Amino acid sequence: MTEQAYNFAYLDEQTKTMIRRAILKGVAIPGYQVPFASREMPMPYGWGTGGVQVTAACLVPEDRLKVIDQGADDTTNAVSIRRFFQRTAGVAVTETTSEATLIQTRHRIPETPLHEGQILIYQVPIPEPLRFLEPRESETRKMHELEDYGLMHVKLYEDIARHGQIATSYDYPVKVEGRYVMDPSPIPKFDNPKLGGNAAIQLFGAGREQRIYALPPYTQAISLDFDDHPFVASKADHACDLCAAGDSYLDEVVLDDQGNRMFVCSDTDYCGGRRAAGHVGRLGGEG
Amino acid sequence: MDLSIYVKVKVQEPLLSVQGLSKFYGKRIGCDAVSFDLFPGEVLGIVGESGSGKSTLLSCLAGHLAPDSGKVIFDTAQGPRDTVVMGEAERRRLGRTDWAFVHQNPRDGLRMGVSAGGNVGERLMAVGARHYGDIRGQALDWLGRVEIAADRIDDRPTGFSGGMQQRLQIARNLVTGPRLVFMDEPTGGLDVSVQARLLDLLRGLVRQMGLSAIIVTHDLAVVRLLADRLMVMKGGHVVEQGLTDQVLDDPQHAYTQLLVASVLHV
Repeated sequence: MTEQAYNFAYLDEQTKTMIRRAILKGVAIPGYQVPFASREMPMPYGWGTGGVQVTAACLVPEDRLKVIDQGADDTTNAVSIRRFFQRTAGVAVTETTSEATLIQTRHRIPETPLHEGQILIYQVPIPEPLRFLEPRESETRKMHELEDYGLMHVKLYEDIARHGQIATSYDYPVKVEGRYVMDPSPIPKFDNPKLGGNAAIQLFGAGREQRIYALPPYTQAISLDFDDHPFVASKADHACDLCAAGDSYLDEVVLDDQGNRMFVCSDTDYCGGRRAAGHVGRLGGEG
Repeated sequence: MDLSIYVKVKVQEPLLSVQGLSKFYGKRIGCDAVSFDLFPGEVLGIVGESGSGKSTLLSCLAGHLAPDSGKVIFDTAQGPRDTVVMGEAERRRLGRTDWAFVHQNPRDGLRMGVSAGGNVGERLMAVGARHYGDIRGQALDWLGRVEIAADRIDDRPTGFSGGMQQRLQIARNLVTGPRLVFMDEPTGGLDVSVQARLLDLLRGLVRQMGLSAIIVTHDLAVVRLLADRLMVMKGGHVVEQGLTDQVLDDPQHAYTQLLVASVLHV
C-alpha cells in the first residue's frame, strides 16, 4: 500500500483544522463538551474513533507517540492504533511514558507522572456525565448551562443507599474549576486525583457522540462526594505480584481453576520499568 | 415620599400577583386576561371543565409555558419579581426552592428509576445539601409525614401503588419547604378512599406549614375541602371568583350553576 495515498496522520487538513478549533474551544472552557463534526474512521465506533481523531489533529512529525489500552501497551486496541499512526504519519513510537510527547489512552492515566509539554488523549464512549440519569440531550445541555447538578449527587446517593458506600468505581464524575461536571471517561476512580493539577494537557474525544472536551494543565478537577462519605481513590488491596509496587492500579488475573490468582500492574510500562530496576514481586521470579 | 402608602402596601403584599395573563395557541385561546392575587397562606382552587384553560394557566404560572402577555409577580426573598421576564436559571432556582409542582400523574413528577429516598433527597441536593446522613434523615422524616413506611425508603416508586406514588411526589416537593405549591389534579386517577386520605394529608400539610397553594381540579369536593377561594374558568376566561363556599353555595354565573348542579350526590 502506498502511504502517500493518505495525508499526514490520515485526516485531511480541513478536518484537522476543524478538530483543532474544537480542541482550542475545549481548552478555553475546561470541562465543556464542544460538539464537532466527527468523521468516519477506519475502525468501529467504540474502538477509539474520537481519541484517534484528536490524536491525528494534534500529531506533528516530531512527535513520539505512545498508545495504551487499560494501561497496557501490548493489547489489540493499543497495538492497532499505534501501527495506524506509524503507517499514516510515520511518527516515532515509544512505550515509555516519560519519553512520549503524545499519549493516547483508553481507560487509564499512566502511573508515571506526566510532565509539561505532554498531551494525554482519552477515548471517551459517553461524554455526558448526566446521561444515565437524564436521557434527553436538550435537557442535559440546559442543566450544564444552568449548573443544575443536583441530579449528579442523586446517583451517588443511590450508590450509598444500595451498597453502603459510593460504589461507582470508574467513570467517576468530577467538577472542573467549580463549574462544569465532567465525565473523565471510564478511568478507574483510582486515577481521578491525577486529573486535577496535571502538568500535561488532557484532551477527551468521543467519536460516536461527536464531542471534544479538555483539561488544560494545572486545572482543578474535584471528584464529587458527600461530606460524610468522602471520595476514596480505591484499588485492589495488594502489591503487584511482578514488581511489588504497592502504589499502582492492579489488574486481577485468574491463574487456574484452583482459585489461584495474581495481581499485576495494569500499567505495563511502569511495571516493566520497576522490574528492570530490580524490584521483584511474589511471582516475579518465575519467569 | 409618602411612607404611609408603602406601609399599607407592605402589609397586604400578595405572595403571587397575576396581571392580565394570556396565552394563545395560534388563534385558539388558552387562557385570556386572567388576573388575581394570592396571599400568603391562602389556597386558591381553579375549577372548570376539560379545555377550559386551567392547566394552561397553571403551566404559565409555574413557568413551564411562556405566556403571550401579562405579568406573574412573585414575592421572592429579594422582593417582588416578574417571573415571566426573569432568566431561566433564576426561574429554575425558584422552581426548586420557593415553588413546588405536583403533577396529576406521579410518573411525571417522580424519577421512577431512583429510590424513594433519592426522590425526596433530589431537591435537597439540588440546593446544595452534601451530607448523606442529613439528607437521608430528612427523607425519612418526610416519608413518615406522608405515611410511607420507613422500610420503603430504598424501594423504587415503580413498586408503589398509585396513592403512595402521589404521596411520595408530595413529599419530594415539600421537602425544601416551598412557599407556593402548584397542584394539577393532585387526586386525579385515584380511587375515592385513597383520594380522601390524600386530601386529609394535604389539608394537614397545607395548614401546618402555612403553604400557599394553587390547585387545579375538576373535582368540586377537592376544592370544597382545601381551597379558601375559588376561580371558575370556561373557554379560557375566568367567569366567576370568590370565596369557595360562597361560589359553591350561591353560584351566580350560569356555567357555575351548571357545574355545581352536575355533581352527583349519593
